[in-house]
Amino acid sequence: MKREVLFGCVCFALCLLMVSALPGWASDSIKVGVIGPMNFVQGKGHWNGATMAAEEINGKGGVQVGKKKMKIELVKADSNEFLNVTDATNAMERIITHDKVDLIVGGFRTEAVLAMQDIAMDYKKIFIGCGAAHPELCTRVAKDYGRYKYFFRGTPFNSQFLVKTCFIQMATVGAILKQTLGIPAVKVAIVAEKAIWVDPMIEAAKGFIPKMGMELVGIWRPSQTATDVTPEISAVQGSGAHMIFTVFSASVGITFARQAGELKVPAVQVGINVEAQKDGFWDATKGMGNYVMTMNTYCRGVEANELTAPFVEGYVKRFGETPTYTADTYTFLVHGLVPAVEKAGTLDAEKLIPIMEERQFKTPAGTIKYMKDEQGRHLHDLTWGPGFLTSLGVQWQDGKMVGVWPNKWKAAEGAPEITYKGMVPYKVPPWVIQAYKK
Amino acid sequence: MLLDIIVSGLISGSMFALLAIGFSLIFGVARIVNIAHTAFYMIAAYCIFFFTQRMGVGPIPAMFMAIIIVTFLGLIAYRFFIEPIREHEAAVLIGTIALAIAMQEVMLLFFTGDFLSVPSLLEGFFSLMGVKIFFQQLLTFGAVLTILIALWLMLMKTRLGLAVRCMAEDREVANLMGINERRVAMATMGISVGLAAFTGAVVVPLTILNPFMWMEPLIIMMAVVVLGGLGSLKGSFIGAYILGFTEALVVFLIPKGAFLKGSVALSIMILVLIIRPEGLFGIAFEEER
Repeated sequence: MKREVLFGCVCFALCLLMVSALPGWASDSIKVGVIGPMNFVQGKGHWNGATMAAEEINGKGGVQVGKKKMKIELVKADSNEFLNVTDATNAMERIITHDKVDLIVGGFRTEAVLAMQDIAMDYKKIFIGCGAAHPELCTRVAKDYGRYKYFFRGTPFNSQFLVKTCFIQMATVGAILKQTLGIPAVKVAIVAEKAIWVDPMIEAAKGFIPKMGMELVGIWRPSQTATDVTPEISAVQGSGAHMIFTVFSASVGITFARQAGELKVPAVQVGINVEAQKDGFWDATKGMGNYVMTMNTYCRGVEANELTAPFVEGYVKRFGETPTYTADTYTFLVHGLVPAVEKAGTLDAEKLIPIMEERQFKTPAGTIKYMKDEQGRHLHDLTWGPGFLTSLGVQWQDGKMVGVWPNKWKAAEGAPEITYKGMVPYKVPPWVIQAYKK
Repeated sequence: MLLDIIVSGLISGSMFALLAIGFSLIFGVARIVNIAHTAFYMIAAYCIFFFTQRMGVGPIPAMFMAIIIVTFLGLIAYRFFIEPIREHEAAVLIGTIALAIAMQEVMLLFFTGDFLSVPSLLEGFFSLMGVKIFFQQLLTFGAVLTILIALWLMLMKTRLGLAVRCMAEDREVANLMGINERRVAMATMGISVGLAAFTGAVVVPLTILNPFMWMEPLIIMMAVVVLGGLGSLKGSFIGAYILGFTEALVVFLIPKGAFLKGSVALSIMILVLIIRPEGLFGIAFEEER
């Protein structure tokens, strides 16, 4: 009797083992883990972009992997990384070990992505970062290629390029201000949320603003979640600034834009305001965010290339809003993964990585080419510049987000002018003109 | 700059005062440290958003509806959750933290983490000696003063107010004198949560809604209450303005350290407590009650 029970237990255990191992060897789908803060706009972007990509790829029959057609199957994981980095690492561990995904896309906060990156590397899973901008994520690849080669940056380009683009946009607006207001030099106030990622940008701005022929009149650092910035606004106004260089990724971006707009502060806002990149900004500021300018990736009516409009309009039709940059999960899956897997004929990361490293491919935001560092080591970081990714400068004009940069932009002396399709002229707020124009 | 600091300090101080007095009231009467106090403020703000933006209700009726709903919610929470554990102060403390987090998660579920806002009751601003002041801020300031006067009249001129003050002085003696301690505590909870809801209602057009908006005011409110002396309404009122002006001073005098305004305010609280552990208007020994 005992022997029969033992035999039964062994059979049961074997059955369990086979069932749990089944997806690993009998799957007809490519499991893609989509990880992000799913209760927030950023996570929704991750998921929506990936959903659109999966629908498009599966609608065409799937991905040709060797002799087999495989469908894309998405696995959603809420990283909750705004509140708890540990939740993010747990979610990453779960989708790899329990859901057995083949690769992962997503992540937003650098602090969380660095931790999630390590877990993905432990399991040798390809992880495409679609949110965090810190260079360290890719510096790790160059420094320890054997361990970190499974990580690629999907979007946005790194923060060094972000700040470079900001300065170019500031210079563009500065020239317009000088001409429109008839002022000899533009005075700039920096208003930047208190966050680690902002600190290097402030240091760079302190050095670069005088080089652009502008005068830095003060730096204000409100909290990321400040609900009243009227004291800061009063102080900025007192400084006589013509331009406010904003660096906001959190809710303070709405507070500042709304209150500065309502108080008709005679200074233009240029820089990064993540909340202003979203369709909901106009409603969130109750229209007071008019004329706010921010760096962005997508804008309805603006085309970096022929892939932009179909993606943006398709996204708007499917989800009712303009995609934000975290929706670039679409870009990676459709334009990055599928061609690479089809070329490799396998899902084996070791064979896929060399193909991904060498590919140069067009996406709705521009052309992607992965960089190497000065020593020729792979960084898996995105190339910035004309012909590659540049991002956009967008401005809110009477309830509509419009593209204002690059518009006749020359990347260097003698270089050809770059203007994306759908660009419109930058507008100086009328109350600013009224305040300075004598 | 001086006028900037005065205006800014008065407005911030008034909002702190409204929150802190509600918190202090229920602590003084029932010894309940209600950490969920600012979560009720958050719920009121979301109620107004829901009624005005989703249901098309006017802002004034939405404010009243929000205050009534949140007060009712507070009373339910008190009756079924706080009252059974009332005598165990640590349990109340932890329980109300859990309650606040539960409310936050429910809001996150219904409204997601998106940043939302509602329009001002009065749009625009006016300039006072070069300082721009929102009409909404002025309205908020006026509303806060009105409510504080009404609260003072209630406490000083009504039988309920007398009972509340008796309870705050000495619960046991009040009980022996025939005051229905349970009922007074319940009424005080209603007033306290109602004040939180009112604060949410008047502040919502000036702020950004998200499910975590209760945390920041909680810290500053606790600081105000401790600075003024736990349970002292006068202390909360004065403490609120001290911290309001401190914050304004930091922003105007140390622009790069504007994010430190909360930390400086908390440092002042610590400094006062070192010199006077019971707070500015607190009672030195529990036995004195």
